Amino acid sequence: MNDVNLKLVQKDQAQEAAVCRAPDGALSIKEVGKIYDPEGVHVVALEDCSLEITAGEFVAIVGPSGCGKSTLLNIMAGFDNLTAGEILLDGEPLATLDTAPKPGPDRVVVFQHGALFPWKTVLENVTYGPVVQGVMSPEEANDRGREMLSRVGLNNIETSYPGQLSSGMQRRVEIIRALINNPKVLLLDEPFRAMDTVTKSASHQYLLELYNATGKTIFFITHDLEEAIFLADKVLVMTTRPGYIKQTLEVDLPRPRHYGMLASVEFIEMKSELVGAVHEEAVKAFEAGEREMA
Amino acid sequence: MNPFIVLGLLLAAILAVGAWQQKKKALLYEVSWGHQIRNTLTSKSFLLQLAGFVVFVVMWQLTVKTLSLPWFSRLPGPWECLMEWLSPDPDYGISIYTADYYTHIVYSTYRATTAFVLATLLGVPLGLLMGWSRKFYDYSFPLVEVIRPIPPLAWVPLAILILPGDEPAVIFVTFLVAFFVTCLNTLLGVESIDESYFRAARCLGASKKRLLLDVVLPGAMPFIFTGLQISMGAAWFSLVAGEMIAAQYGLGFLIWDSYSLIQYPVIVIGMATLGVIGWASSAVVRSVGRKLMAWRERELFGSGQAG
Repeated sequence: MNDVNLKLVQKDQAQEAAVCRAPDGALSIKEVGKIYDPEGVHVVALEDCSLEITAGEFVAIVGPSGCGKSTLLNIMAGFDNLTAGEILLDGEPLATLDTAPKPGPDRVVVFQHGALFPWKTVLENVTYGPVVQGVMSPEEANDRGREMLSRVGLNNIETSYPGQLSSGMQRRVEIIRALINNPKVLLLDEPFRAMDTVTKSASHQYLLELYNATGKTIFFITHDLEEAIFLADKVLVMTTRPGYIKQTLEVDLPRPRHYGMLASVEFIEMKSELVGAVHEEAVKAFEAGEREMA
Repeated sequence: MNPFIVLGLLLAAILAVGAWQQKKKALLYEVSWGHQIRNTLTSKSFLLQLAGFVVFVVMWQLTVKTLSLPWFSRLPGPWECLMEWLSPDPDYGISIYTADYYTHIVYSTYRATTAFVLATLLGVPLGLLMGWSRKFYDYSFPLVEVIRPIPPLAWVPLAILILPGDEPAVIFVTFLVAFFVTCLNTLLGVESIDESYFRAARCLGASKKRLLLDVVLPGAMPFIFTGLQISMGAAWFSLVAGEMIAAQYGLGFLIWDSYSLIQYPVIVIGMATLGVIGWASSAVVRSVGRKLMAWRERELFGSGQAG
């Protein structure tokens, strides 16, 4: 994406914000607990997990496998219920003990292995949200989808099927499919996990460009520490089960970020701090014989 | 008409179909037609396919005629069957010139098609429902699993008792087998769908009902069509069994009847006809599946225009 396009996106988003005056996606997660109880085996996935995410913040969460990062995301997304505490989105209850979990287009998830519908073309995937919610006619959605795709230089693939695209391309389309709904929060569940290093670094660049342009709140799960620091404003370290936030690292690298920063002194210092914190949890998890979870 | 002329015409027709297919492939791979035909004719795969048929016919001729092994000595040879099939004046009354031959084919095809269509219309929705609703699955799956292993022929007496006349009974027996295959494959198809697609659709605002249409059906489609191909084959084999017991026409009846009347070449003609029709019907199902699942086809062909 070149600079002119970037400016266009920014301008457009600013206009949209002015028109909608939508609350911007501040999340407050209060003493959230989650106990799984499959066939009487008590598993505490989350306990007393609290964190505040301000509107427009990019938050990455790291921790050993199976620590409950995905559980927290699933609760936020509305795929799963919580068993203690509550989550507020812009002051409104999002997940509480009394309400049944319900996913919605205000917080769209981008999945680890990608979840573009393989039976729909790129454009059909992108327009699915607005059309199924009934907020746009198919024609309007097509126009809007084409516009969004062409802004990030993906207009040449709108009639392709996801299976014909590289994983990096697929994830970009999936993020566009989420953004077309103008969500308050983007929930990213290790979206770049299965990628090779080169694809991954390109994907980081695209995600950062979209983040800079839209200013959405982003909740990003990963266990790649470099990735977390490079992308986020704030990196949270989650403990092994029962999961809670053990440590918060404020990343004060300036935006826009670029790859040169990976070699900077600040970056390396932050990384070593994070390595220590995560390593401790990883050893605990390992010794507890935690089963690796995807 | 002389059998040899007919044989020539048949071969010419097969060659024409083959050439036409090569033309399509030539367009796809962007090579000249002649080049494509030459490539295919000299390809290992084609020569092996051809060799398979040749070996089969040679073995048949050897065992039955040339060596006339004790167990095989009463069987007709390949040449004898071919000549009978092409004869304007067949010894046993069945050849491509007799109306009876086509009556049998039409009856069988009609029964198999009816049963297949019914099985698809009932089996696909039932399978989708079982995969979509846990409650419905609990309610129906054990029953299906107990009824399914009952061989089709075991149903014949009941079918005749319940249904008026032989015709619906034969169709019912054929339907049953195809139905279970279709239903279970559809269920398997729904179960194979990655949970992420459901979640993604829910995130994007799809209601539970929309999930059925937008995720369950397209997601299960590859398995459904595998199921339909198997169900088509299953329909043919249970049809023939049904026709042997309770029918006055049809290829299954023809084969059994020829056995009783010691008209052995007719048995082979009936069997070969079944082989060709069965193969053709599966090919039709396959090509419909390909049309409906363009997304899969294009995936397999790689990144066409993805640049």
